[in-house]
Amino acid sequence: MTPVSSPSSSYSPWRSAIRHILRRPGALAGIVILLVMTMLALLAPVIAPQNPYDLSQLDILDGRLLPGSQSATGFTFWLGSDDQGRDMFSAILYGTRTSLWIGFISSFLALVIGTSLGIFSAWQGGRIDAVIMRIVDIQLSFPPILIALILLTLFGQGAEKIVLALVITQWAYYTRAVRGNALVEMERNYVAAAKTLALSQPRIMFHHVLPNCLPSLTVVATLRIAYAIMLEATLSFLGIGLPVTQPSLGLLIANGFDYLLSGDYWISLYPGMVLLLLIIAINLLGDALRDITNPQREAR
Amino acid sequence: MRFLLNRLGQTLLTLFVMSLLVFIGVWLVGDPVDMLLSSNATPAERAGVIRAFGLDQSVWRQYLHFISQALQGDLGVSWVYNVPALKLIMQSMPATLELAFVAFLIALLLGIPLGVLAGIKPEGWVAKSIMGFSLLGFSLPSFWVGMMLIMLFSVKLGWLPASGRGPTQDILGIPVSFLSWDGIRHLILPALNLALFKIAIVIRLTRVGTMECLQQDYVRFARAKGLTSGRILFVHVLKNTLIPLITVLGLELGSIIAFAVVTETIYAWPGMGKLIIAAIGMLDRPVILAYLLMTVLMFTLINMLVDVLYVLVDPRVRHGGRK
Repeated sequence: MTPVSSPSSSYSPWRSAIRHILRRPGALAGIVILLVMTMLALLAPVIAPQNPYDLSQLDILDGRLLPGSQSATGFTFWLGSDDQGRDMFSAILYGTRTSLWIGFISSFLALVIGTSLGIFSAWQGGRIDAVIMRIVDIQLSFPPILIALILLTLFGQGAEKIVLALVITQWAYYTRAVRGNALVEMERNYVAAAKTLALSQPRIMFHHVLPNCLPSLTVVATLRIAYAIMLEATLSFLGIGLPVTQPSLGLLIANGFDYLLSGDYWISLYPGMVLLLLIIAINLLGDALRDITNPQREAR
Repeated sequence: MRFLLNRLGQTLLTLFVMSLLVFIGVWLVGDPVDMLLSSNATPAERAGVIRAFGLDQSVWRQYLHFISQALQGDLGVSWVYNVPALKLIMQSMPATLELAFVAFLIALLLGIPLGVLAGIKPEGWVAKSIMGFSLLGFSLPSFWVGMMLIMLFSVKLGWLPASGRGPTQDILGIPVSFLSWDGIRHLILPALNLALFKIAIVIRLTRVGTMECLQQDYVRFARAKGLTSGRILFVHVLKNTLIPLITVLGLELGSIIAFAVVTETIYAWPGMGKLIIAAIGMLDRPVILAYLLMTVLMFTLINMLVDVLYVLVDPRVRHGGRK
């Protein structure tokens, strides 16, 4: 279980990682929950009994019905309905879809940008490295929610704006992780070997060093996706994230806030539980990945 | 000494860059003139407003003007309330700080004992359930927890008020609400909500620290000397666990203040967070600017203090920094 950098092609860190994940019940549960939720979210238009954003399908008379009530058109609101007469189950399916794609896209973009900068920083060294890492340090000394708040104050509302804000708040985590990793990898023998083969420095960095940094990067990425989804939900709750026409889970919860004091708990409760389940699933997976890439922790 | 000067320079540079970014950013948002005038204003009135607020000058001019005023403590006048923006911020700051400190205290008082407990026998069921709670603390969206707390304790059980701050009394001119029972009742839910995430962090840090300390030679020596395990744990282990904890927590204090934005919105707590969300909604540019600058200032100062404290506590960093 040592991170091997041997040239033998029969060893695959990915295959060994998958084997380890399958052995841990928590991680397995995380993956299963995540897969099921992704499937449900992708198939939302097929599964949902109602398109919650087609106003012609909504009936205001169905507003704020208890879970299990019948709608005027005869189907059952298993999770109740909101003030507009929207089926909460359908709204949650569509909301999960929005939350998931925003979390994944923003984390992916941050991963690409942050990783490239980290590799570049490790490769260049010297003053360029110092400047990049100083920027990273300064940015990481501010809590992400504050940075996102500042950015969204500047940008205004919108899905693409929140993705941009999330990318800007997240890239530095990847840069720091990958730079540290790359500096360690650059000391290894395979890099020296690649140098004696007169491979170009960019080729060594992106073809040989980067793949060896990937296992630990997946850990950072998993935990960051969970954080991005949570941050988006929080910002949307504050009313500075997504516009009402594109409700994520956070916006659904915020929507129910107004009716909470009159006891209509289900409008906020169920989207919140789905959000919680989603984040727990990703965190379980992240914890397992961390133990796998860092064997010392598992020994504890 | 050189380290301190270096650190101070970095702080000033950060402040300058952030103030510039924030100013340019806020300058680009919306057209404030439309906000200030009714729709049937004449062009002459329009020009008058533009001149009165200095909006006809270049961005740089406005920034220079803004920053020279800011250094004298004048951050402009709120366009909505017609009160100095800094005054609005300062008025709501004690409420936020009170909330943040109480949350911080709760996080320490609950997190450290639980963390030590989880660190003694990492494989036991107590440790496992504490770590499960900690995972939950990381995963629970804090605004949702806040709402569920209201639902349970205010709506269903009716034990605690759902929103607002209780009556305040002045201590040294600062209004605080923890002196009366009603004030405390209003504080419990928001402070608990704000503390939740930090409890999870404190548990994890204390647990790792305890586990590491327990493997050290001095613990083995203390055992060999025949000290009771209680004494070993609370005097020797805890003391060494606290040092890394303090550095991390110093930074977390800042993040509590930032996160108060969410808690204050849920509980209608009259602090800086609620003020900024309202200001964003009404495009009240001077208040937004003042809030962002004050928070950035608070943050850079806290960060600098933590760094300096860290150097004072740990000589290794001090000597490394000199090279």
